[in-house]
Amino acid sequence: METLDQLKAGARAIIREIDGDDGVAVRLLEMGLTEGEEIEVVGFAPFGDPIEFRVRGYRISLRASEARRLQVERLGP
Amino acid sequence: MTATTPSITGQTAPRPRTLTVAFIGNPNTGKSTLFNALAGMHTRVGNYPGVTVEKKIGRLRLGDTTLKLVDLPGTYSLAPRSPDEMVSVEVLLGRQPDVGRLDAVACIVDASNLERNLFLVSQVLDVGLPTVLILNMSDIARQRGTTVDVAALSKRLGIPVIATEAHRRVGIDDVRRALLEAAEAGRPAPSPLFPRAFYEEVAELTRDLHAVNGDAVPRYMVERLVLDPNGQIEKWLSASQPVGFTERLAQARERLARAGFRLPAAEAKTRYAAIRDIVSGVLTHAPRSATTTSDRIDRVLTHRVSGLLIFAAIMFLIFQSIYYWAEPFMRSIEAAEGLVKGGVEGLIGPGALRSLLVDGVVAGVGSVLVFLPQIVFLFLFIAVLEDCGYMARAAFLMDRLMSRLGLSGKSFIPLMSSFACAIPGVMATRVIENRRDRMVTILIAPLMSCSARLPVYLLLIWAFVPAATYLGGWVSLQGFVLFAMSSIGALVAVPCAWLLKKTLFRGETPPFVMELPSYKLPSLRVVVHRAYDRGKAFVTRAGTLIFATSIVVWAAGYFPTSHGEQDAVIRQIEAAQPAAERDAVKQAELDQLIERRNRLGSQLIEQSFLGRVGHAIEPAVRPLGWDWRIGVGAIASFPAREVIIATLGTIYSLGNDVDKNNNEGLISSLQNATDAQGRKVYSLPVALSIMVFFALCAQCAGTLMTIKRETNRWIWPAFTFVYMTALAYVGALLTYQIARLFG
Repeated sequence: METLDQLKAGARAIIREIDGDDGVAVRLLEMGLTEGEEIEVVGFAPFGDPIEFRVRGYRISLRASEARRLQVERLGP
Repeated sequence: MTATTPSITGQTAPRPRTLTVAFIGNPNTGKSTLFNALAGMHTRVGNYPGVTVEKKIGRLRLGDTTLKLVDLPGTYSLAPRSPDEMVSVEVLLGRQPDVGRLDAVACIVDASNLERNLFLVSQVLDVGLPTVLILNMSDIARQRGTTVDVAALSKRLGIPVIATEAHRRVGIDDVRRALLEAAEAGRPAPSPLFPRAFYEEVAELTRDLHAVNGDAVPRYMVERLVLDPNGQIEKWLSASQPVGFTERLAQARERLARAGFRLPAAEAKTRYAAIRDIVSGVLTHAPRSATTTSDRIDRVLTHRVSGLLIFAAIMFLIFQSIYYWAEPFMRSIEAAEGLVKGGVEGLIGPGALRSLLVDGVVAGVGSVLVFLPQIVFLFLFIAVLEDCGYMARAAFLMDRLMSRLGLSGKSFIPLMSSFACAIPGVMATRVIENRRDRMVTILIAPLMSCSARLPVYLLLIWAFVPAATYLGGWVSLQGFVLFAMSSIGALVAVPCAWLLKKTLFRGETPPFVMELPSYKLPSLRVVVHRAYDRGKAFVTRAGTLIFATSIVVWAAGYFPTSHGEQDAVIRQIEAAQPAAERDAVKQAELDQLIERRNRLGSQLIEQSFLGRVGHAIEPAVRPLGWDWRIGVGAIASFPAREVIIATLGTIYSLGNDVDKNNNEGLISSLQNATDAQGRKVYSLPVALSIMVFFALCAQCAGTLMTIKRETNRWIWPAFTFVYMTALAYVGALLTYQIARLFG
């Protein structure tokens, strides 16, 4: 299993687990990043961090340190 | 009871009544636009006690009924993790005394982003209030090929659903009607979403809970208590409960986890699963094209080269607007101030009343209004950037840079704006949701070198820094000193931010999970209203305090010595002026009188409370290379830094009408000023010491009062003043002592 920050731009994956139950984890859940949901990497900010994703039909920005909290299963090649 | 109550109106005529409705929704849903469309200009803005949350209450009359509309801050969730977030829960439960009991809730959602928006709606429905769902931005959803079956959605949710386009005022009448009907319909029974075991634990804990402040803990609070491990409700309740309660709560969560309901993940999972069911068949997307227009724009605007270039260009434009475009407006305000002063002087003879009106009241009002152009310009830009969706991208681009300071990308625009003026900069920190990030940004914003410092630098540089050039004329010493003075604040801000984050505002790194809304054309109505709103908030809320400060400092510089002699001289001057214009002899007499008036002015300020304080602090400012006069100037400039120029003008018997463009007289006075022993007061080290002091000090009542208003506490302006004054003192001390060594 990979973490979300390891994916390249354009990659898609299914969220499998969120680590921890602190404020960051709760916020990710509230924003709809729940188990079984599909997520796509849209692109990276100029300095490589944060990262833009597409989930539940909208765009969201996460820092790499936050994306690392999500265990994902990559889809496609 | 009924028999003793006189029933003059009877049961037939409807009595005037007030219904209270709260507005809640995610950020970027157009909630405030809808609120403004309904309440218009009849809105009062304040703060909820003890927190930094802005309280916005509007009124709307519908026949005999007044709707009291409460705009709650935009949020993604009702799970409170801080006292600020607790406000929305308190309001919804009718526990906020300033708002009172609610009759209905309006949930505003973005029709083009329905699924995630319904998460908050799902939480709000659990409160059990009559709720109306407002499907806003339905035009944008349509353009993107998203259609929502309004009737079906309403049926599945069991609440009225109204489609609106708030920025075009479409659907506003339907909202009014639906709110009235909902408020009259009474409370629906919330339908249980979670497993039965959850509600059993909630019932058990409710029995365990001891009344807090004399009233029982509402059921919804207990639900949230169980759902939010380490949340604000847990912190708040644990403090008032007997020992062992926290353990029982943990055990309840443990039992639920064993039954497959593990918190906090279970709440989101259950709600989002229910939402999927609700929207299936109700929400239809057009077959998704590979890339939308918004995607294509985004690719350019977040690109590592074009994105940064465009960002730099936009920031440059904003900076220009508040630094230069605002200037003519500020000059007009100053000119108007001068006219009013002249008018007052024409009506009232010399004396304390005239001085109070001219130097206290009119100058005080002017010192408030003069900030308005910069505030309006900055917020016009911010409103455009926010409404079109760029604001989040700006934070996205700058986050890496700002995270080095322990802040986030959202702090960039407030801090950059502070280079023009810290007042709009501090006001712009409202975009930062995290309290600690926002506080640190507010506290370091006044260190940025604002435009009010410039006249002080220019005066002292012209007077004392040699006009030497190096490297074949490319580097001028004066230019270098100006650059150094303008950068020193920002440089000092870096360790300050770091220190504040390590001490006063320590805690887990806040999530920088940020929605990147789709791009859209900004609405003129929204943009203008936003700028108006901020300008009004500044004048009515910070302006009064700034005004009061100006009056106090005026009084300190005027009392207690009698101004009788100077008033008499001024009377003679005013009588002599008309004749002097054509007569050289009379002109010479007039010049003598003016010189005498200015000399008296210098004596009076020395004998005033201000002058006495200046003398008293002289031992403290000696190590900075200052004499009492500079001390007086520094104290008198508390309302605003540039006031030191006028004060020095008065002290050096030049009158107070020296200004930043006409100060040759002051420059030569400064250059030639001597102390009692005949030594020169000013030298390059002294000038540098003054400049460093003014670069780092908090001599700006406007900023301090804005900090008071934005943080809702007096401690923060006091803290800002103390820490910046300490920095300024140490900075000036080091500068003077080191510069003297190179002397």
